[in-house]
Amino acid sequence: MMTAIETQALSKRYGDLVAVDGLDLRVEEGEVFGLLGPNGSGKTTTILMLLGLTEPTSGRVRVLGYDPVREPLSVKRRVGYLPDTVGFYDELSGRENLRYTAALCGLRGRSVETRIEEALASMGLTDAADRPVRTYSRGMKQRLGLADVLLKEPQLVILDEPTLGLDPQAAHEFLGLIRSLGDRGLTVLLSSHLLHQVQTVTDRVGLFRKGRMALVGSVPELARQVLGGAYRVHLEAEGEDLESALAGLPGVRRLRRDGARYLLEAERDLRDDAARVVVQRGGRLLRLDLEEPDLDEVYRAYFEEVPHGDAA
Amino acid sequence: MATRREGSAFAGLGPVFLKEFADQLSGARMRLLELLIVLTAAGTIYAAIQTIKSTVGEDVFLFLRLFTTAKDPLPSFVAFAGFLVPLLAIALGFDAVNGEHQRRTLGRVLAQPIYRDALLFGKYLAGLATLALVLLATWLLITGLGILLTGLAPSGEEVARSLLYLAATLAYGGVWLAVALFFSTVFKSPTTSALAAIGLWLFFTVFWGMIAGLLAPLLSPVHYGFPEELYRRAQTELMLARVAPNTLYAEATLALLRPEVRSLGPVLPAQLEGMVLGTPLPLGQSLLLVWPQFAGLVAASVLFFTLAYVVFQRAEIRA
Repeated sequence: MMTAIETQALSKRYGDLVAVDGLDLRVEEGEVFGLLGPNGSGKTTTILMLLGLTEPTSGRVRVLGYDPVREPLSVKRRVGYLPDTVGFYDELSGRENLRYTAALCGLRGRSVETRIEEALASMGLTDAADRPVRTYSRGMKQRLGLADVLLKEPQLVILDEPTLGLDPQAAHEFLGLIRSLGDRGLTVLLSSHLLHQVQTVTDRVGLFRKGRMALVGSVPELARQVLGGAYRVHLEAEGEDLESALAGLPGVRRLRRDGARYLLEAERDLRDDAARVVVQRGGRLLRLDLEEPDLDEVYRAYFEEVPHGDAA
Repeated sequence: MATRREGSAFAGLGPVFLKEFADQLSGARMRLLELLIVLTAAGTIYAAIQTIKSTVGEDVFLFLRLFTTAKDPLPSFVAFAGFLVPLLAIALGFDAVNGEHQRRTLGRVLAQPIYRDALLFGKYLAGLATLALVLLATWLLITGLGILLTGLAPSGEEVARSLLYLAATLAYGGVWLAVALFFSTVFKSPTTSALAAIGLWLFFTVFWGMIAGLLAPLLSPVHYGFPEELYRRAQTELMLARVAPNTLYAEATLALLRPEVRSLGPVLPAQLEGMVLGTPLPLGQSLLLVWPQFAGLVAASVLFFTLAYVVFQRAEIRA
């Protein structure tokens, strides 16, 4: 497998402000990678540096094996980029906007029209293709943006806050489209501050904080790292001495008790073991639940742990 | 990063030019300005013909008089054009870059495999082409009206001179287009850049002449009233005035449309010896006379375009 994006000690400063601070990032080919972080954490700056649209202050970048600073055209020919607030020429139709992009990419010949048609169709915009973009909804513009990106048949797609400003339904549909890109074997880098959305489409995520990559991994991996255990079992039971017995189960990392409610953090799914313990002790089992690790929670827990100090 | 950039700086220039040109021609502001120009052209020419018919019987350059003759209360076409062309150029360019910013199309366009050079240059060329088209249409209108209303056909030299005047006007418009482009890269808001460009134009048209008049005695003081001193002061004042593109344009216009003009600066009596006053210069000589003015106008365009280029290369594209 090849590395699609690789940065080493990448930094960007604007005067005194450090936007990106010694970033090491690796995204493998064929992966859907989520770049997560609050607004102003340096995600967009990183993306602009990957595209050669902003020059890094220091550090090394390779995108698909090219250096965006010295070979920006090679990078931009192979990378599709959807900016966080994508804009089109309002007075032109969707199709005309795509034609302009195709021309800028140097696409020529009869095949271009077919390609535009296909890109529009894949985003469900065939009916709206000849209407001026001014009449498009936010969601349609966003889909036109994705059509615009797919037009040049990129190897890598970079999406900056793609669900920003979309209503839940449109956001859900759009995430489905992004997932389908990943399924087609495209490498996708996706930035967002909406964690639960990203969770559903990404293979791996990186948590971004103050210009640094705080944590990288798949969602369960991160959960294990941050929450202390990937599996959280909620248990509600009445009985004697349950607490110590539950805490003694192999694989339990932490146990918290609130009256008859217990929260077990464990390395594995130990619902069956916990149920057996309760029954063996003659207790009454009222509720038993396994909580799926949630990125939101990982994120919150992580930033609770390190409220002010240096993350990395 | 002292290495060479890969690929051509002009990749994408063609598409940018074609799109911008189409935008300019189909835009509402273009129609408004065209209307304005056509009305002024028709009005001034008609008035000029009335004057010419009643006064001049024997004039070799009757056709050129169409451009330069004023009839109260209407100024001549040349005066009108000198006033309208900068406004037209500014209107074509004031939102070139910050407009893309505001529509949030800049990031998307620059993510395509082109350099920023192509975008800026394409926009400039498209503006220039639009200007050229409007000017040519106006010229044809004037010539046509002239032929119809006077019943005379223009001579070859008249056609050449008026076309050269058109070229000078285009060069002058190019300066203001570059100025507008420059301000559109400097200021984020199109309103601000339009005001800045119009402000600079007003400064040069209204105030610079006065400032030059005030500065000249300071730079070349006249102590004893010697002719050399007076001559030097006049030269200084002229040089200062020529910093303004409108001075250069006015001089170029004068020499091209009035063949009898032999000098654009102060003339010493010694230089007039043996000269028959009032005889026209051949076209080549007039052209020689305005060559520096032409070069000055082109240089001013290049200067402002370069400034715009430098600012745009360093500009952050994020909103």
